[in-house]
Amino acid sequence: MLRNALGKTFRFVGYTVQYGCIAHCAFEYLGGIVVCSGPSMEPTIQNSDIVFSENLSRHFYCIRKGDIVIVKSPNDPKSNICKRVIGLEGDKVCTSNPSDFLKSHSYVPKGHVWLEGDNLRNSTDSRCYGPVPYGLIRGRICFKIWPLNDFGFLRASPNGHRFLDD
Amino acid sequence: MSTLTCQNCGRITLLIVLSINIHRVSWSIQAGSPRNPEQKIIKRVIALEGDIIKTIGYKKKYVKVPHGHIWVEGDHHGHSFDSNAFGPVSLGLLHARATHILWPPQRWQKLQPMLPPERKPLQREQE
Repeated sequence: MLRNALGKTFRFVGYTVQYGCIAHCAFEYLGGIVVCSGPSMEPTIQNSDIVFSENLSRHFYCIRKGDIVIVKSPNDPKSNICKRVIGLEGDKVCTSNPSDFLKSHSYVPKGHVWLEGDNLRNSTDSRCYGPVPYGLIRGRICFKIWPLNDFGFLRASPNGHRFLDD
Repeated sequence: MSTLTCQNCGRITLLIVLSINIHRVSWSIQAGSPRNPEQKIIKRVIALEGDIIKTIGYKKKYVKVPHGHIWVEGDHHGHSFDSNAFGPVSLGLLHARATHILWPPQRWQKLQPMLPPERKPLQREQE
C-alpha cells in the first residue's frame, strides 16, 4: 500500500520534472505568450494586449529593421520592454525628437540596435538611453492573440519617417 | 552548472549558471560581449552601479557606473578588451560566474574573488 503510493509519487515527480524541463526549453528557445503593458507601443499594441513571441530569430540573428522585439531593460535586468527596431548596427538613425528644430543623427554601433516605441510622444526608448546591445534581445513578437478583434499579424510602423535609408 | 571553453586562453572553466541576483565586486563573470553578441567574454567585476571609478584608456577619465550596469576589466590591463574599450556593461548581458579552472590540469584552481587595490572604486555607493 505504502509502496504503491510511493511509486505513484515518484512517477508524478518524474513527469513534473520532465514537463518542466520541456516547458523551460520551449520558453527559452522557441517562444511564448507575453502580456504587454504600457502606452509606448500604441496604436500597434495597446495596454494589456496578449501577443505571441518567438525566440528563434534572435538565436539565428535574423532580427530585421521594423521588427517588434522584447528586450531586457538596459537599466533594470529584471524587467522586459517591448519596442520596435528602428536601426541595426551600422545604420544611421535620427537621435533627436520629432519636435526638435535641429535634427541630429548618429550611427548605431557594432553589436547594438536602436529601439523606439510606436507612440513617439510617450515612450522611453533609445532616444533616452541610447543604443541597446543585441544580446539583450529576448524574442520577436510576431502575432497578436488578444483582443480578438485585433487578432493577427502586427501592423507596420506608423512612423515610417523614422526609418532612414542609407 | 556548465563548462565553457575560454577561447582566448585555451582553458576550460567551470561556471555556475544561476540567476545572478547578488553580484559582488571582484567576482569573475561571463557575459555576452556588447560589441559581438555571438562572443562570450570572461572578465572581473570592478565596480557596480552607482560607484565612481577611474578608467584606463576610456574616453572619459572618471565614470559613474549607471543604474543596472557594471564595470568589468580583464586582469591584464592594456591587453584586455573590457569596459575600458566598450564602457559599462548592462546587467542583462551577465550570464554566469566563473568559479574554477578545470583544464589544463596544471592550472586547476578555484578562482578567487580579488579586487586589485589600485582598481578600487573612488566612491562606493553600497558597502
